Amino acid sequence: MGGIYALIAVGLSLQYGVGRVLNISHGEFIMIGAFATFSLYTVFGISPLVSLVICGPVLFIIGFLIHRTLFQYLRGTSESEGAFADSSLLASFGLLFIIQNIALIIWKADIRGYSYLDSSVSIFGALFSANRLVALLFAVGISLAFYLFLTRARLGKAIRAAAEDPGTAQVMGVNIHRVLAICFGLGALMAGFAGVLISMMYEMQPTMGLEYTIIAIIVVVLGGLGSITGSLIGGFILGLIGSIVTYFDAGLSLIAYYVIFILLLLVRPTGIFGK
Amino acid sequence: MDRVKVISNRFFLPGLLLFILILLTTMPLFVQPYVVILLTTIIMYIILTLSWSIFSGPTRYISLASAAFFGVGVYVSAMLGQVLPLPVVIAVGGLVSLMLALFIGLLTLRLRGMYFIIFTFGVSELIRHFLLWWETNFTGTVGRWVVAVDHTTVYYVMLIIFMMALLAAYLVRRSKFGLALQSIGEYEEAAVHIGINVTILKTLTFALSAFFMGAAGAIMATRWTYIDPQIAFNPLFSFMPVLMAIFGGIGQLYGPVLGATIFALLEEVLTTEFPYYYMLLFGIILIAVILFLPGGLVGLIQRWRRGGLEG
Repeated sequence: MGGIYALIAVGLSLQYGVGRVLNISHGEFIMIGAFATFSLYTVFGISPLVSLVICGPVLFIIGFLIHRTLFQYLRGTSESEGAFADSSLLASFGLLFIIQNIALIIWKADIRGYSYLDSSVSIFGALFSANRLVALLFAVGISLAFYLFLTRARLGKAIRAAAEDPGTAQVMGVNIHRVLAICFGLGALMAGFAGVLISMMYEMQPTMGLEYTIIAIIVVVLGGLGSITGSLIGGFILGLIGSIVTYFDAGLSLIAYYVIFILLLLVRPTGIFGK
Repeated sequence: MDRVKVISNRFFLPGLLLFILILLTTMPLFVQPYVVILLTTIIMYIILTLSWSIFSGPTRYISLASAAFFGVGVYVSAMLGQVLPLPVVIAVGGLVSLMLALFIGLLTLRLRGMYFIIFTFGVSELIRHFLLWWETNFTGTVGRWVVAVDHTTVYYVMLIIFMMALLAAYLVRRSKFGLALQSIGEYEEAAVHIGINVTILKTLTFALSAFFMGAAGAIMATRWTYIDPQIAFNPLFSFMPVLMAIFGGIGQLYGPVLGATIFALLEEVLTTEFPYYYMLLFGIILIAVILFLPGGLVGLIQRWRRGGLEG
């Protein structure tokens, strides 16, 4: 689970840390990823791993367009950074309602699920279910690839520059609107990937998004607002804690998250890796 | 020109207010029960939005803990409803929420901006999940029954809480207290430097706003008769007041009231007319308002008035 939390959180971190959009509809993109995979698998028999390649880019384009139209307009009309943060938060609520309703119309309110790689694999004598292993491998792989992209690629550097100081980045020749839209798109892409992987292991329903959004927010705060590396590590830490708590009492895991989260905010609000 | 406007305003506004109050008080005598129930819901949202804006309006600390205070009121009502008379239950509901707000307020003094928003949301979600876990593991039943009260009584109690909240909001705005709150919202460091005790002020106002939310929760529980943590601490009760207040416009006292009324009506119409598409329409309207009405309805009215005077 840690790997998936990391993916979700990195997506949100990109949108908030760089674009200053606390995207409450983040979980809805996860939900779309999960349901699209479900449909592709049950209707066309396309393997969920192939869906990764389909859902990711499609969601990227959707996210890119949403930012280009909606959030860019809001950014232009807002008086200050703070005003933009508030209005974009509200706008993302609007998105949440819209996306969730569309999903409800297409897929109905039922809980869905399918089985894929439902066998168990033994590694060093311990039993793991195959789909979880595959999901973990992919989550780690995507995270690593993304980390390399951010640190090595030219666009990745532009993104980090925009996160540090949008104004200066723009002066230095970064097309800020394009970079921010790409960040939002990448956030949606990450959410889509996470959704595909989640659909392999868990059941889904159109209202599942908000829960994942909340987990993502917790992880992002855990790692430090705006720190993308922090979100990666925070995701793994939270996933680990979740697994340990679930071992004792499954009902307590969400409570444990919130307790950690609240204590952290009180003791060290900048997060583990914050400045 | 100006004097004419001042005089007409002085008589017009209180007159309108009085008229609306009389209308609201006599309403149950001549309308169907359905309308009374609908009005109760609308007034509940108005109370939540208004009390939210008592604290968050001037200070610009966006609180997402409304559901926590509301839910606490609901649960007080469920636990004490059988033993205590209704007015006492409501007062206790308000007071317990007030205590919780004092506690949260003292904890969150160091947090600001996004951290405050997330923290308040975290607290209310923590309470919800903890109660859910507690009820399934120790009480054995997730839900509880609440002593039912007839619709008209619920309506009047709600109306009284609303008037109290309105009065409190008005007094806070008009007092030195409100001015100090405003200065916190403008520039907190400066407020500290001119000798305002920011800590106590923020905590007290937060507690005051929580009191009305708790009271509203306590009476609402008696209308629902069955409650569980998912109903009482529904995160929507945290989000709705924020959306409604911004929809109405935070700058003026009537903004949140107007926003809550129209929003709640809209929700009712959309859910009954378009049960499958209402969230979609809701979302579109929300985004449209954010894009084209940045000052909320109040901003629109003010712009229209100014335009009217010029023309």
